[in-house]
Amino acid sequence: MKEAIFEIRENKKIAKNTYEMVLAGDTTAIEKPGQFVNLKLEGFFLRRPISVCDYETGSAHRDGRGAAEQATAGSAAQGRLTLVYKAVGEGTEKMAALGAGTQLSVLTGLGNGYAQEKAGDAPVLIGGGAGIPPMYALCKALMASGGKKVQVILGFNTKDEIFYQEKFEALGAEVHVATADGSVGEKGFVTDVLAKLEYTYFYACGPLPMLRAIEKTAKSDGEYSFEERMGCGFGACMGCSMKMADGSYKRVCKEGPVFGREEIAW
Amino acid sequence: MVNETKAASRDTRVDLLGIELENPIIPASGTFGYGKEFSELYDINILGTFSFKGTTLEPRFGNPTPRIAETPNGMINAVGLQNPGVIAVRDKELPDMKKFFHKPVMANISGFSVEDYAKTVEILSGQDQIGWFEVNISCPNVHGGGMAFGTDPQMAKKVTEAVKKVADKPVIMKLSPNVTDIVAIARACEEGGADGISLTNTLLGMRIDLKTKKPVIANKMGGFSGSAIFPVALRMVYQVYEAVKIPIVGMGGVSSAKDAIEMMMAGATAVGVGAANLTDPWVSKKIVEELPEVMEKYGISSLKEIIGAAH
Repeated sequence: MKEAIFEIRENKKIAKNTYEMVLAGDTTAIEKPGQFVNLKLEGFFLRRPISVCDYETGSAHRDGRGAAEQATAGSAAQGRLTLVYKAVGEGTEKMAALGAGTQLSVLTGLGNGYAQEKAGDAPVLIGGGAGIPPMYALCKALMASGGKKVQVILGFNTKDEIFYQEKFEALGAEVHVATADGSVGEKGFVTDVLAKLEYTYFYACGPLPMLRAIEKTAKSDGEYSFEERMGCGFGACMGCSMKMADGSYKRVCKEGPVFGREEIAW
Repeated sequence: MVNETKAASRDTRVDLLGIELENPIIPASGTFGYGKEFSELYDINILGTFSFKGTTLEPRFGNPTPRIAETPNGMINAVGLQNPGVIAVRDKELPDMKKFFHKPVMANISGFSVEDYAKTVEILSGQDQIGWFEVNISCPNVHGGGMAFGTDPQMAKKVTEAVKKVADKPVIMKLSPNVTDIVAIARACEEGGADGISLTNTLLGMRIDLKTKKPVIANKMGGFSGSAIFPVALRMVYQVYEAVKIPIVGMGGVSSAKDAIEMMMAGATAVGVGAANLTDPWVSKKIVEELPEVMEKYGISSLKEIIGAAH
């Protein structure tokens, strides 16, 4: 874990209630997709835990702006962090109103992240709504590892909420969209798509009812990322404890947020 | 540079019941685990000491989630004393702690009956890593225990007496602010033989979610902490200082070196830092480091001299 000051480069609405924030700062504590960061917002006591949608270290920028920054600095401080979040409460609404240039204290490198080595040849990544963002960094990493057919299922309620479909497609993944009202893609839930696919392993993030439905449908091993109200985000307060199948407890923020299918006490 | 030299010569040492603390800063129980998470962030030996996670006779999972809610300048928690139980603390947490913490630690314990308290302290007696027992008679988050002992002077005295019989280290009774007369409870503990008092634990509070029309926290209510409660805690430390002769560990909303010094002026010999550790994991270290500068600014040469200075 590391605390660093990040500067907002861009913060824009990309779908209904959904925002994409790009920040510049030291991303070196972020080890893998599935981890989260904890943001300090002025006027709020507790930090806001947000999953990492995408991250790059100082030397890995692929766009023009990144290249320019490398030329001037090339240091860890020039890392780039992308967060996609829903404005659903006072904190995230405040976040949505922040402009470019705003500086934020961010705790980075929190949580365990996804076990990419378990993916097999044809993994499926399942994201529902606000659970989609961490799947983007995972998809990118799995595509980069080569030789895999990466399938992605994105679930939304309706057309207005859709985001990142084309970004996943640009990574080279096979993308399926399900909407509850049928306005785009498959009418129904992510599990309706999942039932038709062949896959070696699954990764899922989304609302609890979605995770429960996947647990009933999935035919392979897999893992889920969970969310919980957190006090600290680094394992100190026991605010986010979860009872596991073996009777032990684990902290969503520290041992999680990703847990293996077999670990969970549904 | 002159100022730095002067600040470096400031004496931050205090004596807490026969043990000299390098400084009065003590991360409060429940915000610092058993020290491990923080030892990975900085050398926690720079602290006066810390009070470890409230430990009970039996292991406890605690309350259902959500356990956390936010408030203006504070938070509410209803963790419910999640801990691995006293045997695991003695046999695993304390040996693990030896690797990264080399000072006497404050052992925070809690119970559901007078016997529970005594047994838990008895099991931890004889552990040379422990410097003090902090006996929590003030947890608002467990039913049929905790706070029930801290809201009735007679019960508070009974727990104190029972614990004192078996404790091999000084006993500090941790009081609840959720009482009409904090002084009566503090006096009862002193009469029961307590060596010290710590206060305050969290204030009972709640939040309601406007969307669901239900309490945010699964346990409905919880312990309110954070900088918002500082004036209340400060006032209670001030009142208790006037009423008892035994030393006080003051806590409640402390988040800066200035707060710590203010708490000492109210009557605290040492100062707990709680919820602030959760939003800034380095805050206790920062407070320790800032103390000499703040002392310099206010012309304080030794912290010992300002204990109770406001009276």
